[in-house]
Amino acid sequence: MRNAFAAAITELAAADERIVLLSGDIGNRLFDTFREQFPTRFYNCGVAEANMTGMAAGLALSGLRPFTYTITPFATTRVIEQIRVDICYHDVPVVIVGTGSGLSYASLGPTHHSCEDVGILRCFPNLTVLCPADSAEVGPALEASLTLPGPAYIRLGKKGEPAVHASRPTFEVGKGIVMREGSDICLLGMGTMTSIALTAADELASRGLSARVVSMHTVKPLDEALLADAFSRFRAVAVVEEHSVIGGLGSAVAEWLARRDGRHPPLVVCGTPDAFISESGSQQWMRERCGLTGPAVAATILARLGTAT
Amino acid sequence: MMNASNLAVIAARVRARVVEMSHEAGTPHLGSSLSCIDLLVATYWGPLRIDPKHPLDPDRDRFILSKGHAATALYVTLAERGFFDPALLDTYDTDGGALPEHPGLQCVPGVEAATGSLGHGLPIALGMALAARIQRRPSRQFVLMSDGECEEGSVWEAAMFAPAQKLDSVIVMVDYNKWQATGRSDEIMALAPLAEKWRAFGWDACEVDGHDMAAVLAAISREPDGSGRPRVIVAHTVKGKGVSFMEDDNNWHYRIPTADEVRKARVELGQPEVRA
Repeated sequence: MRNAFAAAITELAAADERIVLLSGDIGNRLFDTFREQFPTRFYNCGVAEANMTGMAAGLALSGLRPFTYTITPFATTRVIEQIRVDICYHDVPVVIVGTGSGLSYASLGPTHHSCEDVGILRCFPNLTVLCPADSAEVGPALEASLTLPGPAYIRLGKKGEPAVHASRPTFEVGKGIVMREGSDICLLGMGTMTSIALTAADELASRGLSARVVSMHTVKPLDEALLADAFSRFRAVAVVEEHSVIGGLGSAVAEWLARRDGRHPPLVVCGTPDAFISESGSQQWMRERCGLTGPAVAATILARLGTAT
Repeated sequence: MMNASNLAVIAARVRARVVEMSHEAGTPHLGSSLSCIDLLVATYWGPLRIDPKHPLDPDRDRFILSKGHAATALYVTLAERGFFDPALLDTYDTDGGALPEHPGLQCVPGVEAATGSLGHGLPIALGMALAARIQRRPSRQFVLMSDGECEEGSVWEAAMFAPAQKLDSVIVMVDYNKWQATGRSDEIMALAPLAEKWRAFGWDACEVDGHDMAAVLAAISREPDGSGRPRVIVAHTVKGKGVSFMEDDNNWHYRIPTADEVRKARVELGQPEVRA
């Protein structure tokens, strides 16, 4: 996804002179083409994310369209104060891009994991939160962020994520993309977990359950029409996210649900636990531990429906 | 540009109104506001290229009050300078009013950034400086910070970035009144030697008496020396400056003046007529 980001931002910058890229001393060589083509619009801001984030606000207050880019925890939770005050309070069109979200940097340890970012950031007024599902959604997400009057956060994986789209999808902020239709279960994938949701749907199909799968790329604002439809006609709605079960898409859906009257089918939230994963291990190992594989997600849903064997 | 003695008259008028607003609204930070008023007046009637009739001119210089707790000093300065009707000052800190205790986002024309949390103004100004460079605009960026504010790490992140990019359109003023909310700023943190710290970070640093209007004007009006170094003026000031019984008394970080104290202060400032 980071290569897709570098390609997309370079292409967009050619057409839009307002785009400025601020990097927090990562992406060695990743932005060589961007730097070559737009030498006055790329700044390596060093290991100083607070300053990078504040400068982005200053650039935006002057009419430019800055993007900040670094590893997710350093682009987000490290600089929560600057995001809140400089970007969200000023309501300026800065795009914060976090790379290696969730457990993408599993082996680097909890300092490099980000399973709380969405929970914290979606509290802030004015901020749009986007979690593209694969490389094909990255370019459209960037383009969409440029049409917004205010700030956005784009949560990326790292590299080599499975493609869920065969071609460039139609991407609209606040509108989930239906990947597959189904009639029994509705699976809402956040970001790169959409591919896991698709695998879970295959598992469910083998158990005789038909599942709809949605790339719920916009966590804020929520696609309320899609949710209303899902809770009106499926036996269960399940969120799959590489994020803590506290604060992520599952929480956002639960908050929405809590404001509604009447009975509704169960909401199943498959996310990371309220714990730091301090053992060493790969992303795959950590996903397995957290129950974030296709079979594990299917099993959680079946257990909730009381049909597990 | 006005001469120094004319500016001193304006500064006395701003001080008198600031003291009054603290009393009327019952709001603190009076000592902190009084210490930086000469710096504000010198900048707004001195080198700052702004036109109150065109407050959003993209070529304008930017002024950011990074020590947002001196909001009344900024509001009165902007009103005096013609950015808005001084009658609006009467609504300071009232329910539903436009003028909060820390400058809100574009709450009145002339306020370039919402401040209040310390250590934010300089990074924002550096972003504006980069923007001016990218857009080939002549704008300069003036930032007024407090000494206590220099304890924030973000200040030094920015201090390290600006010289690397040769952002010499940036002019920082540090209101070095030697006090922060609860004690001496040189004792709570190892702030001194402050000018040397900035110099070591690659800035063109000078020290002035922050109440010597001519000296302040000269320091902030000086053209960049061609080295690309951004400039910082460490202005030695007195907290509560201009009112004898407030000067260098840190109780006035939070104390609210009584009606009688306002009268005495106005007399000392040569502005005896108290508002109805």
